[in-house]
Amino acid sequence: MIDFSNWDIVRNLLFATQWTVLLSLAAFVCGSSVALCLSAIRLTRNPVMVRFVKVYIELFQGTPLLMQMFLCFFGLSMMGYEISAWGAAILSLTLFTSAFLVEIWRGCIDTLPKGQWEASRVLGMNFLQTLRFIILPQAMRVAFAPTVGFSVQVVKGTALASVIGFVELTKAGTMLNNATFEPFKVFIFVALIYFALCYPLSLFSQFLEKKYHVAR
Amino acid sequence: MSLVKLDQVHKYYGDFHVLKGIDLNIKAGEVVSIIGRSGSGKSTLLRCINGLEEYQQGGISVDDKEVTSEDIQVRRLALSVGMIFQNFNLFPHLTVGENIMLAPTIVLKKSKSDAGTIAKAMLEKVGLGDKFDSYPEKLSGGQQQRVAIARALAMNPKVLLCDEITSALDPELVGDVLKVLEQLAAEGMTLVLVTHEMNFARDVGNRVVFMHQGKVWEQGDSKTLLSEPKTEELKQFIGAVL
Amino acid sequence: MLNFSDLLPYTDVFLGGLLTTIELTVLTTFLGVMVGTLCASIRQYGNKASRRVVTAYVELIRNTPFIVQLFFIFFGLPSIGFLLTPWQASIIALTINLGAYSTEIIRAGLSNIPKGQWEAAKVLGMNFRQTLMRVVFTPAFEKIYPALTSQCIIVMLGSAVLSQISVQDLTYAANLVQSRNFRAFESYVVTALMYLGLAMLMRYVFSLIGKRVFAYREVR
Ligand SMILES: Nc1ncnc2c1ncn2[C@@H]1O[C@H](COP(=O)(O)OP(=O)(O)O)[C@@H](O)[C@H]1O
Ligand SMILES: [Mg+2]
Repeated sequence: MIDFSNWDIVRNLLFATQWTVLLSLAAFVCGSSVALCLSAIRLTRNPVMVRFVKVYIELFQGTPLLMQMFLCFFGLSMMGYEISAWGAAILSLTLFTSAFLVEIWRGCIDTLPKGQWEASRVLGMNFLQTLRFIILPQAMRVAFAPTVGFSVQVVKGTALASVIGFVELTKAGTMLNNATFEPFKVFIFVALIYFALCYPLSLFSQFLEKKYHVAR
Repeated sequence: MSLVKLDQVHKYYGDFHVLKGIDLNIKAGEVVSIIGRSGSGKSTLLRCINGLEEYQQGGISVDDKEVTSEDIQVRRLALSVGMIFQNFNLFPHLTVGENIMLAPTIVLKKSKSDAGTIAKAMLEKVGLGDKFDSYPEKLSGGQQQRVAIARALAMNPKVLLCDEITSALDPELVGDVLKVLEQLAAEGMTLVLVTHEMNFARDVGNRVVFMHQGKVWEQGDSKTLLSEPKTEELKQFIGAVL
Repeated sequence: MLNFSDLLPYTDVFLGGLLTTIELTVLTTFLGVMVGTLCASIRQYGNKASRRVVTAYVELIRNTPFIVQLFFIFFGLPSIGFLLTPWQASIIALTINLGAYSTEIIRAGLSNIPKGQWEAAKVLGMNFRQTLMRVVFTPAFEKIYPALTSQCIIVMLGSAVLSQISVQDLTYAANLVQSRNFRAFESYVVTALMYLGLAMLMRYVFSLIGKRVFAYREVR
């Protein structure tokens, strides 16, 4: 049996952390793009579209991320769509992320007084102009802190990709555990690395929150 | 020739009958004050005139064009009808100057420099020439409301609707805003204002419209109407506010 | 192509899994909110040292994935002498997890109570405990009740991960069934819908409880 020093464990974990970071970034970028489209759709106030967004949110917030991953991975390949663990992880994390972000952003947009829409309207601006010049600049300021806060959930969500066999930080942890039989140590290291990724984001989000509240 | 014409306008919120057949004609250059108890439908009336609310029966036209609440209509209407709100509704993320310039540039497609010139002129007019680069939150309520007036004026409207625009202000700031309105009236601007300022209605306004329970209960020349009310309800109302 | 009828022979497996998930959820929702209430009170009113400890606990849990917490408890703790069954490990992991999140939520509710309420209780001669239990908790919980509900649901959905330490919950059932009949898509869709139903049921039950507990709103 090969002997693993602490440094060997950490080195292997850090290597796998790259994939956790990459997966998080991809999921966050794809997720917020989808969320942006869904938010715009929701704001059109077209009843059918609003209904669609509602069902989307309900569906992907109301089912376990793990189940979504299984569906994307095993389910899709059973249906004949070949998909890699990486692809399935990104797809399911995108669905998950967008469902939560739409909801978060909805809250931010709705805190803006109705008068902002009305004033824009009586000044002759159309829907897109109002969105672009009046609503988005204000909503973005409010949305910044909770969005950064949610990114922590995305990072943590990537850990579930280990279950479908994608080798990121958690999967590397279980593999190292099997090789070293030192679960206590290995999982503490794994947890610490996640903490090192997430805690700065949490702090940044809290900082933004305070800054925003003072600014008001 | 009327600039604003309402013909038997009925408006419902669900089952609730808010406006019960309003007839009203407003000529260019007229200053019309709408008074009445809270809940009598004054705001709703103004919001129907500029298409913010839809109405179910009757007709409204401004400048001989029919008013509906369809988005396109409201935007076209915005070229002739300006509106000022009780709580200002300035855009907090834009400076005073940007607040005023925004609609002229993106709606009227004026150049930035033209819009800037107009914005400065309008700010001068409301006595805030030095606030061009301030943010709204740094201004007092009275100043914010005057910016809102400047913002509406920059669109060069034919008629200006004002919904209790001094009600949210500290008493000592009311005068500044009323002075601006008085000046606009003197320049021949058509004004329709919902107001509780009876002195202003009497001295500056040409006509007073008293609304009660969703109807135009009584109307007439401002001085006559306020000094010799005919209906019991108007007498009571005047008694209550004076 | 799709064939849901292949799932029918496994109805018992699904129901067993569902029952396990419900049991775990009921138990740990209760325990987790208790832990959260306790920690929130400490964090809001405790001395500096105890506040620090609670903050560290909350931040540690909130900034690491549940699955890692679970693995640490199930695989890690036995290696230093705490032997745990999958069931015990699950209860501990879920309780600790919900405890941390609900601490944060409940504290927000507590900090929202106006000082005047405390002062009013004081001049009426109530002590700290009485004030907290009788005056502060109800409105504090009412304020954050929707957020707490959502968090409990999130933790219930997160419990799907327990299948990874072979707790025979709903997800475990889904995996089992699809490994037997090779109907992965159908099996996971049905399971996902069962989770969705469970989430809706929880929201409903919470609102029923809320209506009772915060009934003073209705009384006129
Ligand atoms: N959006 C709305 N939905 C339902 N009822 C409304 C709405 N807006 C106003 N109302 C009702 O219509 C009536 C007239 O309101 P409003 O025009 O604001 O009165 P005023 O401005 O004279 O105080 C009031 O009874 C008010 O409660
Ligand atoms: Mg009103």
